[in-house]
Parts: sequence; structure tokens; C-alpha cells
Amino acid sequence: MSEPATPEASADADADTDATGRTDTDEQAAQRHEAATRVPGTGADAVVASLEAAGVETAFGVQGGAIMPVYDALSASTVDHITMAHEQGAVHAADAYGIVRGDPGVCMATSGPGATNLVTGIADASMDSDAMLALTGQVPSTMVGSDAFQETDTVGVTAPITKHNYFASDSDDVGRTVGEAFALANTGRPGPTLVDLPKDVTFGETDRPVGEPTPPKRSVPDPEADEEQVEAAARAIEQAERPLCLFGGGVIKGDATEEARAFAREFGIPVVTTMPGIGSFPEDDDLCLSWAGMHGTGYANMAITHTDCLIAVGTRFDDRLTGGVDTFAPEAEVVHVDIDPAEISKNVHADYPVVGDAATVIDQLDAAIGYAEAPDPEEWRAQCAEWREEYPMDYAIDADEPVRPEFVVEAFDAASDDDAYVTTGVGQHQMWAAQYWTYRHPRTFVSSHGLGTMGYGLPAAIGARIAADDDRQVISFEGDGSFLMTIQELSVAVRENLDITVVVLNNEYIGMVRQWQDAFFEGNHMASDYDWMPEFDTLAEAFGAKGFRIDDYDDVEDAVEGALAYDGPSVVDAHIDPEANVYPMVASGAANGLFALSEDQL
Amino acid sequence: MSREAERNEAAEETQDATTDGGTTHPAESPLTERARPADEEKPTTGLSGPRPEERPHPTGRRDEHGVRKEPDHGPEPTRRATVSALVEDEPGVLARAAGLFRRRQFNIESLTVGPTTVEGHSRITLVVEETEAGIDQAKKQLAKLTPVIAVGELSDDAVAAELVLLKVRGQEPDKVHAITSMYDGQTLDAGPRTITVQITGDENQIDDAIDAFHQFGIIEMARTGQTALERGDSPTTPGEEPGHSADDTEDDEFTNYDD
Ligand SMILES: Cc1ncc(C[n+]2csc(CCOP(=O)(O)OP(=O)(O)O)c2C)c(N)n1
Repeated sequence: MSEPATPEASADADADTDATGRTDTDEQAAQRHEAATRVPGTGADAVVASLEAAGVETAFGVQGGAIMPVYDALSASTVDHITMAHEQGAVHAADAYGIVRGDPGVCMATSGPGATNLVTGIADASMDSDAMLALTGQVPSTMVGSDAFQETDTVGVTAPITKHNYFASDSDDVGRTVGEAFALANTGRPGPTLVDLPKDVTFGETDRPVGEPTPPKRSVPDPEADEEQVEAAARAIEQAERPLCLFGGGVIKGDATEEARAFAREFGIPVVTTMPGIGSFPEDDDLCLSWAGMHGTGYANMAITHTDCLIAVGTRFDDRLTGGVDTFAPEAEVVHVDIDPAEISKNVHADYPVVGDAATVIDQLDAAIGYAEAPDPEEWRAQCAEWREEYPMDYAIDADEPVRPEFVVEAFDAASDDDAYVTTGVGQHQMWAAQYWTYRHPRTFVSSHGLGTMGYGLPAAIGARIAADDDRQVISFEGDGSFLMTIQELSVAVRENLDITVVVLNNEYIGMVRQWQDAFFEGNHMASDYDWMPEFDTLAEAFGAKGFRIDDYDDVEDAVEGALAYDGPSVVDAHIDPEANVYPMVASGAANGLFALSEDQL
Repeated sequence: MSREAERNEAAEETQDATTDGGTTHPAESPLTERARPADEEKPTTGLSGPRPEERPHPTGRRDEHGVRKEPDHGPEPTRRATVSALVEDEPGVLARAAGLFRRRQFNIESLTVGPTTVEGHSRITLVVEETEAGIDQAKKQLAKLTPVIAVGELSDDAVAAELVLLKVRGQEPDKVHAITSMYDGQTLDAGPRTITVQITGDENQIDDAIDAFHQFGIIEMARTGQTALERGDSPTTPGEEPGHSADDTEDDEFTNYDD
């Protein structure tokens, strides 16, 4: 490692903008500078100083033997620590915090089981390109490799699911390493990083200031795309008769929603998003066809099947989006904009690769499209509108039947603010929350996409709540199965008195599994029937939260109003139609255009 | 009360409420935008709209790499590529590279690693047999690893060499010696029962030598796998210059991915 920056040298650095491009108030910048230049004392002090220098306000974690020195140092720090009930809660909370803030979330755990409990959430963050820093305790260096008490090869275990990870081996370097890991997490394509902290390294003495957090130089990609690539892509877009924008999570992560929206509107190009891209384009806009893929709307899937020019920004063409690659947008020339060159032509061949930062590249594209040649695909828009009429996202309700889950989602949407945050578990409820809620803003749909982690919703709601401004609502849609996986975090929500509303779409099944069993396993409900579910409203009260219950349509209004009005954590146990299934559905590996509208079409 | 019974009772209550006219139909509730009352025409489960076979479907297709293709497109051909990666010499870098290839199931023929002229840098040389798209991905994925400085693919006329140690039966020392000399090899150990020789050369030479030694009975063999450098003035990985020391190597000179 190079020598620490001298105080003068770091003072020269632009104090208003950190390595991750975030802007601070003068006071925050001064605080961070103070932390960067402070003489630490121990390795643990350096770790904490490094977090402060990075502007970290909150960390989520669970104590333990190997991480104790860091916690000890944290007690005298400006960084708030939220003790979670389980490390999985800590990592999902940090993940969601990072999504909402646009800055890496930080989670901490002790060695061994603490670290392994983080693994699911790190993998989750990795699949969704979420910036996150995980700090794990480790047994003293001298005992590493001896199968000591609570030892796990954390660096080995997490290597494939982190953007990069570090084993700290020196008290003098540990602070800089943490800074580098933090900055790296948010550089280029975001992702989780991890620093493993042996106890002797955090206990050891050091007098070396940590400096500003800086990513390794080589990892900072050029935001601007090659002019030739841009020109070629611009010509292709001009030629298109049926252009379609496909906005992925990268548009949100890259803070490119403004540019993306302006681009689509300027040329009147219809927009579909991926599921992680929900919120990149307002879903109540006429150009927006919502999201495409396995449970995306019929009209989005029709549009993606028939486009002749797909302008894909910040998406990795996940198989839940593409279905079978052979039939994916089969007539489209693909313009693929991504900051990560390894995504180009990984799953779907890019006819026009454009490597660069989403916001910068969209502006470049916009400038390169000649106004005389600019597309205005009126007929295509009319066709898309027609599909919207043909494949409505509606549902039939009968007052005598159990409550439809879609109705519950819409009821909460109608009663809450336009900029509320929604988090989810994984399963049918996640799909209904994505389909029947109208998202208008980036970062408002916080969900587990790539890994599909049940149990994500509640800890994510906690992280989002802590990250969000107080006046914005946080609502978590849960399945009964998903909720039960991390329900212990309700204790944290109560302790911190967090104003969140958990809506359990309770079907007494792990419903998504049951839906697949109905479709592909002749209705054999092996291990998917969860009729032993607790009374979630009563259970919520036992935790000290407020419980509500929905059994029929008459209960909906009171529960919605009561839960949203309650200032603290509330849980709505919504007993929904246990047989309700999610449609449309593209069978895995099938063509997007073959989406089923009901079970007999599968 | 069982959950089932409770549910039934709840349903009955709803019925009561609707029959005595106390409830408006939820579809008319101002809360919901898209719900419609159930009726006979529309399906009660699932959504309405043209059935899959009634929809227009394009005829185009893509191949397994997502490239638009002609209908009778055959399987992708594979080729052999030698990839060289200049890496930061830190613990675990080889494991990271190897792990990456294992996970993505790239077909690796050999993987070697060793120091370079620059202190703190190592070179990983990989031989892969993959489709064009596979080779491209292998290079890009390798370049993504944080400790990787630069990645290059070697041209066909690059200099490549491998070393093999062969332990053969010692009954015919003269013949063994003759073949060893033929391949410019060296005898490293000769005893009454075994002779161990070392041969270096490109992959074909090594294969030929092994064939030639088979007549004596090969007892044990160790091959290192190929290592390679670009010929002449061409750098082996982009931006790489000969004879630098770590101090005067500016990180900026290196690109992180192959161009
Ligand atoms: C940790 C984990 N285990 C298993 C699965 C597989 N899985 C996907 S969806 C699902 C059912 C989810 O059930 P529930 O949370 O009750 O939601 P519902 O589908 O009923 O809305 C399961 C088991 C998963 N995604 N994550």
C-alpha cells in the first residue's frame, strides 16, 4: 500500500464530492476529513475512522467475539449501529439502506457463523449489483487455518459472491483497506465488497491515518462511451420502425432516470423495464408498458417480442426477463448500454455495444441522433397501446369469495403516497406487489431480484426506513412463508419504533411453489401447504407491534387506514384467496410472447 | 377453531353481509382501479386477452449466444485460445481466476502462473477451448477481477512452451538418452531401474516426445501446462512494456480489458 495521504494532500482533494460522487454539506465534509486525518490508535479505530471518512451514518450488525474490538471502537463514533436479530437481517437491511440512499450500506458480523449468516445477503446484493460493504470478524491471524473456534474461511466462501474481498493482515493498512473496499463497492458497476478482520489486526496498534476512501485506480471505468460505438448505435435507432427502450436496474443504480426519461419522451419511444428497473420510468406515463419477463405484463412482453430495435440500458438480460434466448426479441437489433463490458453479449448478443455510464451514454446518444432522422414511431406506439387494451392487468372479484391479493395491493397503493417505498419477500406476493402497485420513482421498489431471497422484505423495510426521509412511507409486502423466515427482525422494528407497515398476503401456502406444482406437478402440494401459520396479527402484538387482520373485503379499508396511520411497526395479516395465482406467466425457457393468461394456457 | 373452519365462517359472514345489502361490491370501491366484478364471460382466475395461439409471433430466432440466426444454423465451432493475464501478485489471485473458470464451466486445458519482470506482478497463462463468444467472455470476466491488471489473447505465432518431466524404465539407458537428445532434453536422474528426463518445447513437441518415450514404459509424468509470450515488440497484454519495475509503472498505462 502506498503512503497515507498527508493532511495537505487530502485537503487539496475536492471536499464536496467523495470518491463515489456523492455531495455533502460542508459540515459533513469537514467531519469526514477530520476522520480521514485523525491518528487512530488501534486497527479497530482505523476501521471506524475509515467508515466515518466514507460518510457512513449507519451500520447494521450483530456482536460477537472476533468483531468485538471494532464494536468497541464504534461506541465512540458518529456511526450509528443498529443491532439486528440475525445477521441475515443485518445484511438485507444494509442492502436496502444502500438501495434507498444510493450509497453502500454497511453490515457487520463476527467470524464463523456470523459471517456465514451474511452469505445469503451478500449473494443477493451481488446478483442485484447493490453497493454494500460487509465487515467480518476473524480469529487472530496466528490461529487462521487451525480450525479455531468460530473460524470460517470467509474470504474463500465469499470470493465468488463479492465484487472483491480483502483479508486484512496489518493494523497499519486495515483502515485504508476498509476505505478502498467501500469506494470500490460503489465504483462502476456497484456490488458488495467484504473485509475480513482478524482480531489481532483490529487489536493491534497503529498511528497511521486512514485517508480518503479511494477505489483501486484500475477499477474506475471511463463514464464516456467510445464515439464510434455511440454513432453506430444512433444510426441504428434512427432506422428503427419499432424501437423499444428496455431500462434495467442499471438505470437506477447509475442515477440515470432523468436522462432515460428525457430520451424516451424526446423520441416518443415506448418503454419497458426489467423488474429491477421498476421505477426508472413512471408507470403512469402513457409511454410506459411496465415490466417484461416471466410475470411481466402481456403488453410489455408483446412489445419486446415485436420490437425491431431494443435499446437496452443497464440490464444483464437475466433469464427471468428473456425466457428462452432463442425467442427473445428475435427481430431486434440490440443496442446494449452498460458500464460493465463483461455484460455485453454475455446472454444476448449486442449488435451495438456501448460501454459507459448510463447517464453519460444516454446523453451522448441523444446528442448523436440527428433531429431530421429522429424516430417518431407513431404506428408502433398505437400498436403498443392496442396491446395494452388487449391484455389488461385486471382481475375478477366476487364479494362472496376470499379477498383477492391484487385488491389488497391496490388498496394500499391508493391509500399511500406516490413516493412510498415498497419492499417485498419472494413469491407470488412479490409479483403482485410489482404488478398492481404503480411505481413512479426510482429506488421505491426494493426487492430481491436475481437471487430471489425469501425473508428479504422485513429487514429490507427496516433498512429502507432508516435510510429514507421521515415523511416517506415504507410498506413491505410479505408472503406468509417469506415473513416467517426473518420475522425476528420485528423486534428491531419495535425497539427502534420504526414506522413501517408489513402486509402479509397470507395464503397459508408457499404460494409460488404451489402455483408451479399446480402447473407442472399435477397439483401435488408436497411441502408447500403451510396451514400451520401463526396468527400474524397476534404475533405482531406479542413483539410489541400493532396487528391488523383482513378476512374479507369489509376489513380492507379499516386495516389499510389503521396500519398506515399507526406510527410504528404494524402488521396486516391479510387472509387472501389461497388459490390465487400470478398471471401473466411465461413458462421458464419459453418465448415471452407465449405468456399464459391462465393455468390452462401453460 | 381450525383455520379451515374459521375461513368458512368468515366467508359465510361475508355472504350474509352482501345478501342483506350492507356491502357495496368491492369492485366499485374507490380504492381499486382495475378490478372488475366477476361475471360469466370473463375468466375468474387468470386474465383476459387473446390466447397464445391467437397472437402474432415473429419467425426470427437467436442461437445460444443470443445472436440472430438463419433457421438452419449449425452448432458453434470452438477454437483454442491462449490468454495471458497480468495480475497483482496477491494471495488468492490464482484461486480467484480458477474459481471463476470453474463456476462458468469454461473448458480450461492448462493454467500456469509465475512472476514477471515487475516485482509484485505475476502472469497467468490460460489455454481454453471455447466458442468465439466463450473466449470473449473468458477474457472479459478475467479482466473484471480486481487484482487483474491487463488481459490479452496471444496471436497464433506467439512463443509458447511447456515443460514435462518423464520417469521411464531404465533397462535401455542408451536408447533413452538418444531420444532425450533428439528432443534437446536433459537427463535429471538415472538409476538402475528408472531414468527421469526433462523436455521443454511447444505443445506438439511435448506430445511427440511423450509418444516416443512410451516404448520404454512411462512410470510417472508431470506436465506444467503452457506458458507463452507474444513475439517481437508486441506486448503480451495491452499496455505491457518490457523491463519495468514496479516503481516506474504507472497504473494508467494499463487498460483493464482487452480492446
Ligand atoms: C430462502 C428461499 N428458500 C426457498 C425459496 C423458493 N421459493 C421461491 S418462492 C417460494 C414461495 C414463497 O412463499 P410465500 O413467502 O408464502 O409467498 P407466496 O408465494 O405465497 O406469496 C419459495 C419457497 C426461495 N426463493 N428462497
